[in-house]
Amino acid sequence: MNLALIDAGGANLGSVRYALARLGVEPRIVRDADALGAPDRIILPGVGAAAPAMALLRERGLDRALIASAAPLLGICLGMQLLFDASAEGDVDCLGLLPGRVEKMTGARGIRIPHMGWNRLEPRARADGASWRLLDGIETGAYAYFVHSYAVPVLDCTAASSVHGATFSAAVECGRLFGMQFHPERSSEVGLRMLANFLKVSA
Amino acid sequence: MLSVRIVPCLDVRDGRVVKGVRFRDHVDMGDIVELAERYRDEGADELVFYDIGASPQARAVDAGWVERVASRIDIPFCVAGGIRDVETARRVLFAGADKISINTPALERPALIAEIAEAFGTQCVVVGIDSVRDADGEWRVRSHTGDPNAMRAPGKRTLDWVAEAQALGAGEIVLNCMDSDGVRRGYDIEQLRAVRAICAVPLVASGGAGEVAHFQAVFREADVDAALAASVFHSGAIRIPELKRDLRDAGIEVRL
Repeated sequence: MNLALIDAGGANLGSVRYALARLGVEPRIVRDADALGAPDRIILPGVGAAAPAMALLRERGLDRALIASAAPLLGICLGMQLLFDASAEGDVDCLGLLPGRVEKMTGARGIRIPHMGWNRLEPRARADGASWRLLDGIETGAYAYFVHSYAVPVLDCTAASSVHGATFSAAVECGRLFGMQFHPERSSEVGLRMLANFLKVSA
Repeated sequence: MLSVRIVPCLDVRDGRVVKGVRFRDHVDMGDIVELAERYRDEGADELVFYDIGASPQARAVDAGWVERVASRIDIPFCVAGGIRDVETARRVLFAGADKISINTPALERPALIAEIAEAFGTQCVVVGIDSVRDADGEWRVRSHTGDPNAMRAPGKRTLDWVAEAQALGAGEIVLNCMDSDGVRRGYDIEQLRAVRAICAVPLVASGGAGEVAHFQAVFREADVDAALAASVFHSGAIRIPELKRDLRDAGIEVRL
């Protein structure tokens, strides 16, 4: 499989690469638009802040290349947030592939920010009655590992939500676009299964 | 709902896991990856690797074993010891660690917290705090605790340092209560409660776990987000699957 793993400066690039290796896939690390080529799959990982990550993608022409590509695209953590219109983190325009705005999570008594740790995935009903491809084999209430301070609200594309104070999008899916707010590369069997689900979606 | 986390801490020296009693007399415990995999299989939620040789010897963590762990382990892990600049933090994070923990270097130069948070995000920056109750009843921090002969008391109040570290961008605080560390009589609930009251980021309790009831108490009474322990897990005195079932029976949200 020709899998393009986008280097957007995030520190989890190596961990995502190791997780893919556990699934028998050796990705190509892609740093600019010229290197993207015509991949079968694209993964956009990300740890860090939205504004510098978007600046880096634009500088390397990857913003346009990712929008123009027809390949299934998975955003992980910040990478998922970048798929949406805009982020409150640095008040920055993102890729605009999915409608919606990333908002800061609200802390409260007992609700610590960053949201850090294992939380449950609650699958949502799909409007067309079909099942979510990302969630194949994933049980209701399965645990995934999250680390983030910003989140996407629950939208039509929300495949699974989680609750930390408010309910937010834990996984999204729409056409060729997929996102995981948690870290599949650090979410044990659940994460591995969802990565495998992404690898087997038909293009 | 977010689960509480059970976090085994592994002391690493020269690429091996070692065990010491009150920071002395280290005994070889085995290969890092083998032990990490064992804890992962037993249901540990996260692992902390503390390179106990790095800080006293004034050298940085060896990224080689970090990469070896990252390639095999699919739960999050944090690396502590000898990280005193952004460059070293970068090497450790890019080798595959999810977080880095800084203690003495942050006390010596608090701006380091902000620099790492700025470069990689607050979620990567854990500030470890070694705290002792002084004769006047006040909790104060200790530095250079990796080597008992080098330990110092910079005079900073623990509660002041918790507030300062958060303001600088710490994404998590690990409070190691040294008076209870290694003696297995339970976590220092009083001190952890005092820190919890001013700590808006995740708080990890460390020092004192001896039996399952101590974990229940620290989650219930001090409202911490995670509990760290070493010797009770290494010795097999507490097994993680039983601990987690017990916590769930007590109504505490854990990942099973």
